[in-house]
Amino acid sequence: MAKTKITRNGAVEKKLIGLADLVITAAQKAKDPTMAIPIRALSNVTFNERKGLLEMGSKKQARSFFNVGMAKKFMQTMLVADALSELQRAELTTSLREIYYRTKHTIQDSHENTFDTQDESDPIIEDLEVSLTALREELHVRAENGGSVVGPLVLGDDGDRVDCAKLGKGGYSVPSIVEPEYVEIRRCTADFVLLVEKGTQWNRLSEDKFWRRYNCVLLTGNGQPPRGVRRLARRLHEEYKLPVYVLVDNDPWGYYIYSVVKQGSINLAFESQRMAIPKAKFIGLSSADPERYELPRNVGIKLNEKDIARAKELLNYQWFQKPAWQAEIKRMLASGLKYELDALANKDFQYLTKKYLPRKLKEKDWLD
Amino acid sequence: MAKQKPPVAASKKADSRAASAVTAVEMGARQRDISISEFFTKNRHLLGFDNPRKALLTCVKEAVDNALDACEEAGILPDVTVQLEVVAVGSSALPPASQATRFRITVTDNGPGIVRQQIPKIFAKLLYGSKFHRLRMSRGQQGIGISAAGMYGQLTTGKPVKIISRTGPKTPAHYFEVQIDTKKNEPLIHENKQIKWDQSCGTQVAIEVEGRYQKGRASVDEYLDQTSIANPHVRLIYRTPEGETKEYPRAYHELPPSPKEIKPHPYGIEFGMLLKMLQETKGVTLSSFLSSDFCRVTPALADEICKTAKVSPRARPRDIRGAIAETLYHTIQSTKIMAPPTNCLSPIGEKAILSGLYRQIKGEFYTAVSRPPSVYRGNPFIIEAGLAFGKAPDSVFKSEKPAQPLAEGEREEEDSELARVIRYANRVPLLYQQSACASFKAVLATTWRNYGISQSRGALPAGPMVIFVHIASVWVPFTSESKEAIAEYDEIHKDITLALRECGRRLGLFLRRRERAAGEYRRRNIFELYIEEVVGACNRLKGGKLPTERLKAQLQKIASSRTGGSKTDETLGKTGAGPEGLPHSIIVTAEGVDGEVSLLPDGSSVDQPLADVPDEIQVKEKRPTSKPGRKQTEKAMTGKKGLGKAVIVPSLPKKGASSQRHTGAVHTGRKAHPTGKKK
Repeated sequence: MAKTKITRNGAVEKKLIGLADLVITAAQKAKDPTMAIPIRALSNVTFNERKGLLEMGSKKQARSFFNVGMAKKFMQTMLVADALSELQRAELTTSLREIYYRTKHTIQDSHENTFDTQDESDPIIEDLEVSLTALREELHVRAENGGSVVGPLVLGDDGDRVDCAKLGKGGYSVPSIVEPEYVEIRRCTADFVLLVEKGTQWNRLSEDKFWRRYNCVLLTGNGQPPRGVRRLARRLHEEYKLPVYVLVDNDPWGYYIYSVVKQGSINLAFESQRMAIPKAKFIGLSSADPERYELPRNVGIKLNEKDIARAKELLNYQWFQKPAWQAEIKRMLASGLKYELDALANKDFQYLTKKYLPRKLKEKDWLD
Repeated sequence: MAKQKPPVAASKKADSRAASAVTAVEMGARQRDISISEFFTKNRHLLGFDNPRKALLTCVKEAVDNALDACEEAGILPDVTVQLEVVAVGSSALPPASQATRFRITVTDNGPGIVRQQIPKIFAKLLYGSKFHRLRMSRGQQGIGISAAGMYGQLTTGKPVKIISRTGPKTPAHYFEVQIDTKKNEPLIHENKQIKWDQSCGTQVAIEVEGRYQKGRASVDEYLDQTSIANPHVRLIYRTPEGETKEYPRAYHELPPSPKEIKPHPYGIEFGMLLKMLQETKGVTLSSFLSSDFCRVTPALADEICKTAKVSPRARPRDIRGAIAETLYHTIQSTKIMAPPTNCLSPIGEKAILSGLYRQIKGEFYTAVSRPPSVYRGNPFIIEAGLAFGKAPDSVFKSEKPAQPLAEGEREEEDSELARVIRYANRVPLLYQQSACASFKAVLATTWRNYGISQSRGALPAGPMVIFVHIASVWVPFTSESKEAIAEYDEIHKDITLALRECGRRLGLFLRRRERAAGEYRRRNIFELYIEEVVGACNRLKGGKLPTERLKAQLQKIASSRTGGSKTDETLGKTGAGPEGLPHSIIVTAEGVDGEVSLLPDGSSVDQPLADVPDEIQVKEKRPTSKPGRKQTEKAMTGKKGLGKAVIVPSLPKKGASSQRHTGAVHTGRKAHPTGKKK
C-alpha cells in the first residue's frame, strides 16, 4: 500500500514539474509559455446516458503568460504548482486555505499581493486537478471533514479500527480523503446506504437508531455532500453492492444534490468516473409526498424567484429528462411550495423514523 | 385700526386699551427720519457683524478691500500689511489670542492716500463714497463698509477710528481720530494733526473692536489666504495676534488693467428704467439718446432700431411714451447688439488665477477659465473659474515609500473628502452663506461625474479638489449688504456653469490621460513583476537547480518584444516627447512642473522694486536657475491639436530619486493641501 502511494505521488510530482519545464522550453524558444486547461463549465460537460454520468468534454482554454488578462493567473498557477509539489516532497496533506496562505505574498517592489482572497487560489487548484488529471487527494489537498457516518460498518483509518456501530449517535466523521490508501473498509454488513442531506435529520435517524432496525449505513454531507462522503458512498455501493438512497429537502437544491450524487457535478465532471453513483435513488422528499403523507400546506415555504429559476434550469438538464422527473419538478413548480425534511416533525417528532421512511421503503416509493 | 377707534370705557379691558391708544396726531408727532447709522446700529447683522468672530473678519475685510481698491485705482501695485493685536480690557493682563475679546486691527497700504478733507467722511459717514454711483468694477460698492466697521468699533469699545494718511512725499501725513454721530450720520472729529510718518504715501486705519480670533473656516487667516489666491499681484503681510508674521509674496507683477466706467447696456435695461432714461436724457433726438446714453449703440444702429420700431429717429426722447415706448423697448431687446465693453471689468485672468492657485494650494493639476463677458440686467460681468486637483506630488510619493503589504480585505485608502469651493466677487473672497450663493449652487449643479469625479446626489464632488469661482462685475448682485453670497440670476448661473464645465472637461482629460499613461505603464510592468515570481516558482519546482538569471533574461526579452519595446517607451512619454497638454493648465508631476507656471516668477523676484511692469521676459530669464526639475516647456509647445502648452508625464513613482528631485522644484510660499486644514 505504501509503495503504491509513493509511485503515484511521484507521478503527480512529475506532472507538476512538467509545468516548470513548459515555461523553460517556451522561454528557450522565445515563445509565450502557454498551458491548456480544460474548461469546467456546462458548455464542456456531456451526459453519458449509457453510463448515467456526467463527463467532461475536451474543450480547453489556453492560459498564457504574456497576455495582460492572464498573466496574473499564470503566475498564480505556477505558485500553486510550486506549493503542491512542496507537499508532495514533504508527504503532507493540507487544506485549500493553507495553500492560499502558503502562496500569498506581496510581490517585490509593489503593493500587489500574489493572491488577495482564497477565491483566487481555489479555482486554480481545481484547474490543476483537471489539467494534470490528478485527483485532489493525489495533490494532497483535503477539504474539511464534512460529513458523518454511522451503521454496521468497520473502517480502518491510520491503522485504527473504527467500528461505526459503536460510535454513539455522533458517528464517525468522514475524512475528505477516503481512498483505499487512506481509509480501508474492513467489514460492512448493511443492506443499503441512506445519504441524508441535512445533519439535523441525520441526527434524528441516528438518535432513533434507525440504522439498527433497518440495517443500513447512515451518511450525511451537511448540505452538498463533500467528496469524502460521496466517495465513501460510492465505495460502499461498488465494493459491497449496496443500493444508495438519497434523502433531501423538497426544493431545487435538494434535487440538484441528488443529481450530483447520482451523475456528478458540472464543476468536477472529471471526477464523476470515481464519485458518481448512477444507480442512486431519490427517496424523498418528493413533491408528491405532502399529499401522500398529508403534510398540511402551512408547513410549506413559498418558492422564491431564485428557486423557480433554478427549478426551470433543472428541467432543461439532460439528466432530468425522465418523465417521472419532469413531473416531479413541474409538480413542485405548480404547487409553488417547497418543503423541508424538518417539516415532517409537524406530524410527530419521530415521524421520519417511524412512519415516513418505513413506508417509503416498504412501498419502494422512490425516483430513479 | 386701533388708533382710529374711539376710546371706550365700558370694561377694564377696554380701559387699558384706551389708555394706550393714541391719536393720529400723537402718532404723527412720533414719526421721524431714521438715520441710516441708527438703522445699522440696530441691524448690524445686515452688515456682517452678527457675532464677534465674524465682526473681526468683516472689519479686516472692509479695510483690506478699501486699501486694494485705492491702490489699484491709483495704479500702484498693492503692498498691504494687516496687523491684529490683542487689546487688554480694563487693567487685566493681556489674554492669549484665542481667549481675547478685544482686538486692534491695523491695515496699512501703499496707496495714493486720502486728501485731508475727505478723511472724516470716508471713515465716519455711512453711504459715503465714490463707488456707488458709477458702473465700474471695484471691491467696495456701497460706501458702507469701512465706516460700518468704525461704527461697530465705536459701539463695542467706544474707541474712535485712527487714521494716518499721506498723499505723497511732499505733503505731510495727517492723523485723525474720528467717530460717527449715529443720529446725524456725520463724522465727529476727535483729533486732527500733522504727524511724521515713515511712508511716503498711503493710508493706515486702526480700529479697535470686540471680536474673537479663531482659526479655521471663515477666519481672518482663511480670508487672507484666499485673497492672496485671487490677487496674486498683491504683496500681503499678516501679523497674527499670536505674534507670527505671514508673508504672501507677490506672485504676479502686473497690475490688473484698470477698469473703466461704462454706460448701461441696452439688454439689461428694464422698461421702467428706459422710461426714466428717456425723461432724463440730455440727448435731443431719440437717435442721439440711444447712441449716447447706452454703450454699444452706434448712431447707425440707433437709426436702425428707430426704423424697426417705426419711430422717427428725430423724435424728442421726452415724447416717447406708452405704446411707442414699449415697442421701442422690445425692438431694442430683439436687435442684435454687441456685448458690453469689457474694459469696465477687470478679470483676474487665467494666468493670474493659475499662479494664485499654484502658489497657495498644493496639487497635481491646475486649470483656469475666464468666460467672455455677459450681461445681467445691463450690468456686464465676467465669470472665472479655476480648479486645483490632487495631492501634492511629494506627499503622494512620500506616502508610497513604506510599501506595507496589504492584508485580505484591505484596500489602498481612498479619500472620501469633498471638494472645497472658494468663491470671489470682484476679487474679494466670500466666506459666509456658501449654500445660498450662486457659485456654490452652480458647483452642485455641475455633473462632475462626467469628468471622472465622483459626486453624490446634491452634494459637492468628492476628491482632493479646490474649486475657484470668481464673478467680476460693475455691480455684483449680492443677496445682502454684508456681501456674502451672490444672487442667482439665470445669466450668472449659466456662465458659472459653463466655466465650471470647461474646467471639468480639462480635469477629466487630465485624469483620463493620467489613467491611460498609468495603464500603459502597468501593462508594461505587470510582466516584469510576474517574471520574478514565475521564475522563482519554476526554480523551486526544479529543485533549485535552475539557471534563473538566464530564464529571467529570456522571459524579459519576450516581454519587451511583446509590449512593443521602445515604441511603448515613447508613448509613455519616457523619452521626453510627451503627449500634448491642456490649455491654461498646470500639471505637477514627480518630474517637475509643466504648463504655464513657467510664466510665473519665483519667490526670489518678490523683492523687486515696485516697477510698473515687471514683465514676463524678466521672469523668463530667471526661470532656468530657479526650477531645476522642470522640463523644457518649449518642446511641449509643439504638441498636436494646438492645445499644447503643457506636458503630461505619468506621475507614477520612480524608485528613489524622483521625490527628491521634486523637492528641488517646490516653490516658496506654497502652502496647505487643497482641503487640508490649515495650522
